[in-house]
Amino acid sequence: MSGKTSKHEFRSNTLPALVTVGPVALLLLFLVVAPLILVAVMSFCKTDEYYNVVYEFTAANYTKLLSVEYVKIYARSLLISFVTTFICVLIGYPFAYIIARTKSKKKKLLYMLVIIPFWTNSLIRIYGWRSFLGNNGWLVKLLTLMHLADGSAELLYKTGTTILGMVYCFVPFMVLPLYTAIEKLDGSLLEASSDLGARPLRTLIEVILPLTSGGIFSGCIMVFIPCLGYFFVSNILGGGNTDMIGNLIERQFKSANNWPLGAALSIILILLTILLVKIYQKLGGDMDSLGV
Amino acid sequence: MGTIVEMIGVNKRYGSNHVVKDLNLTVNEGEFLTLLGSSGCGKTTTLRMIAGFEEPSTGSIKVEGIPVEEKEPYERNVNTVFQTYALFPHKTIFDNIAYGLKMKKVPKPEIKERVLEMMEMVQLSGFEKRYPAQLSGGQKQRVAIARALINKPRVLLLDEPLGALDLKLRKQMQLELKRLQKKLNITFIYVTHDQEEALTMSDRIAIMHDGIVDQLDTPVEIYEHPATRFVATFIGETNTYDGCVTSIHEGIATVTLENGAVKVKCDDSFSILEYATISVRPEKMRFQTMPHDGFELVAIVKDYIYVGAVLKCIVSLPNGNELKIERLAGQELPPIGSRIYPYWEPEDAVLIHNDSYKIFKILDEIKLA
Amino acid sequence: MKKKGKEKRDKGLSILFCSAVYLFLFLPLFVVVANSFNATTTKPYLSWKGFTLDWYVKLWSNSSLLESFGNTMLIALLSTLLSTVIGTLGAVGIYRYKFKGKGIINGLLYIPVVIPEIVIGIALLTIFSNTGVPRGMLTLILSHVSFCVPYVIFNVRARLSGYDASIEEASMDLGANRIVTFFEITLPVLAPGIAGGALLAFTLSIDDVIISYFVNGQTKTYPLKVMESIKSGVSPDVNALSALLLLGTIGLVFITQSGILSGKHNKV
Repeated sequence: MSGKTSKHEFRSNTLPALVTVGPVALLLLFLVVAPLILVAVMSFCKTDEYYNVVYEFTAANYTKLLSVEYVKIYARSLLISFVTTFICVLIGYPFAYIIARTKSKKKKLLYMLVIIPFWTNSLIRIYGWRSFLGNNGWLVKLLTLMHLADGSAELLYKTGTTILGMVYCFVPFMVLPLYTAIEKLDGSLLEASSDLGARPLRTLIEVILPLTSGGIFSGCIMVFIPCLGYFFVSNILGGGNTDMIGNLIERQFKSANNWPLGAALSIILILLTILLVKIYQKLGGDMDSLGV
Repeated sequence: MGTIVEMIGVNKRYGSNHVVKDLNLTVNEGEFLTLLGSSGCGKTTTLRMIAGFEEPSTGSIKVEGIPVEEKEPYERNVNTVFQTYALFPHKTIFDNIAYGLKMKKVPKPEIKERVLEMMEMVQLSGFEKRYPAQLSGGQKQRVAIARALINKPRVLLLDEPLGALDLKLRKQMQLELKRLQKKLNITFIYVTHDQEEALTMSDRIAIMHDGIVDQLDTPVEIYEHPATRFVATFIGETNTYDGCVTSIHEGIATVTLENGAVKVKCDDSFSILEYATISVRPEKMRFQTMPHDGFELVAIVKDYIYVGAVLKCIVSLPNGNELKIERLAGQELPPIGSRIYPYWEPEDAVLIHNDSYKIFKILDEIKLA
Repeated sequence: MKKKGKEKRDKGLSILFCSAVYLFLFLPLFVVVANSFNATTTKPYLSWKGFTLDWYVKLWSNSSLLESFGNTMLIALLSTLLSTVIGTLGAVGIYRYKFKGKGIINGLLYIPVVIPEIVIGIALLTIFSNTGVPRGMLTLILSHVSFCVPYVIFNVRARLSGYDASIEEASMDLGANRIVTFFEITLPVLAPGIAGGALLAFTLSIDDVIISYFVNGQTKTYPLKVMESIKSGVSPDVNALSALLLLGTIGLVFITQSGILSGKHNKV
């Protein structure tokens, strides 16, 4: 019978589970959980006169976050993220719908064409926009030629430019989940709806939108949240006029060197993320459709 | 014919779920044995324990007289045909079938020769370079069988291998499997929930129910002499009557039912005042318009259904129970709504110990534990 | 006739709309390519001074640019390799075994995916500086592994969900032990998921700006080099390198699309 027990031990799953899941667990512990806890702790810490972190409790960082100047920036961040998300839905939904339901043999190519731009560095592409929109840029020249603007027209450094850059960065994150959701849609449902007397618009409202709402929700999450932190877009296209939470955080860690304040700002961003994800789950959203 | 597989007092529990209960099963060499039962009865678990994918919680399994419960699946001289076929999707048909021989390090030329020969036997010649996804269901099935048989196992285990095929193909594969089994003289242990399949293919059938083998016998015996009420109702159509044995005389028992007394042949395992069940197949049922000696059943004709050569009469007893009676078509029939007297020849009916008998057995078991 | 005409109009509108979106997506790429041929030599390199191929030659003597590109490739390769191994093992383990804390691990995996990158970046910076890990190649690789692993796991897991575990039993039934079964059956069948995960990890790593920006120390990656040069104007040799990369990736897409990775037999 002793052979039997050793066999059981061999077949038990402790060792293989440890070998396979162990590395992931360690990684998550040291590079995800521990850093975030540290950030949370630091957000309640003071700094000395040389901006070194001093581990003494203070809530000052959080009270500082309530200043009018900062609140303006939060409001702008939320506005930019919201408008970006909204435009992404407006562009992304019909676009995803058309390529997902095309009967063309080039469907796969059409899908790939959405992804290909992403293999060029995003900074370079945003910079491409800047040189396209800038006052020496192609667009201004074109408009001047057409006598629609004079050579000194300034298209950069406006909230609208930042939103354009954000939409540019995130529209594929809206298109891809929508494409998946719309492609899954059973075509016979649309036929059934029109057979039962619904006009196309009615079918859209009654059948298509409800069945693809999961895709819309996950697209919105995947646009809205990262948009808050994409500081380089507003750096390059907004030129410091359109600062968002991301820019504030970046500044605390790079130039202003006030880490505890940056940590407190990050905590706000984390809480906002958690809130949005909870709402997403409440609406029946599936976490797995957020993984691209 | 020797014994090839022996299961002695095998139990399988998953937590508090007792799936196989004190199973004793002996499989003879070269026979086609079927484990038949509805889903969740423990038949697949039994098969998987023989294959080595599951370990029995207690008890012993012997293959060719050697205990195997400690052995890994790859150390056992048995092979399995899986319900889902379990073909390797990334390997060609040739490589799928050659897999077992490759593992045994058989020389390459011999592998090639044997695989081609096996493919011919299952009528798959020419499919060597295809992948499983390019085959039809029936073809995949043949690959799964060929892949197992090429290893010349002493026992082949088949887990509902025809379940995913359509009816016509299933019938055809049933005959083919039976032919292969006879030709290769390999012991088959076959799991299915399809009673017709079990009856046509098997040398013996083990009917499983709730983790227990209710009856292990030839198809004819199981059909003609079901040992339990479950077996009687599970196999074929039957009419059952619950009642109390009121007298036994020269091997004929008089059983009093709710609707009156009837007669049935019985053996000496029954005693007076025992509650028991009578099973009578529809084709053994008779009726006439006058009362029959020894039978007190009265019924009303409700409906007639033509099923080709036979005619099914649906009649209802005073307590509302319906009976099915089969007659050859073309005979004169009493009109619907008229009163008839059902009966049977006492030797055509089977008297079965009631389920309460089983409950006592289970109670004994619990007491022992 | 009326219906036909309407359908035609709808189709025309669809094509017009999609073309506009594709134009939007590709416009900056055209600008990047065009700028790489710009003969200007004065910062910020924005006004058009005629066509030249000079920058494609000069590129090869810009050692700091080439070094940053080398760093990016090295980091991408190493972090892809590491995250693919860790992620594949993890996905198989999480799928197959029951253990305490499985739900917690599953939940934690979503954090790097959902939380804004900047937060991950500053959090990693904080832990590295508090534990005294010198910032550079090592911290870049560790950081990239930490955000790539979840994506690898999700990809392999998607493959596992359509995976019939009985093929492993079949393999053992046919005489293969566990190790042989893993290499003969499990790994090849999961390969497309693993490859997809690795490709995604590689893409995320070479394109990463935000997280690298916080943990890089003195080591420059190619995106960081671009970021640095943006203030004074991105010189056309950087555009030239980007154009070459774009050409390379498009070429790669066509090779993979023509069948090497998408083997027919792997359709389940």
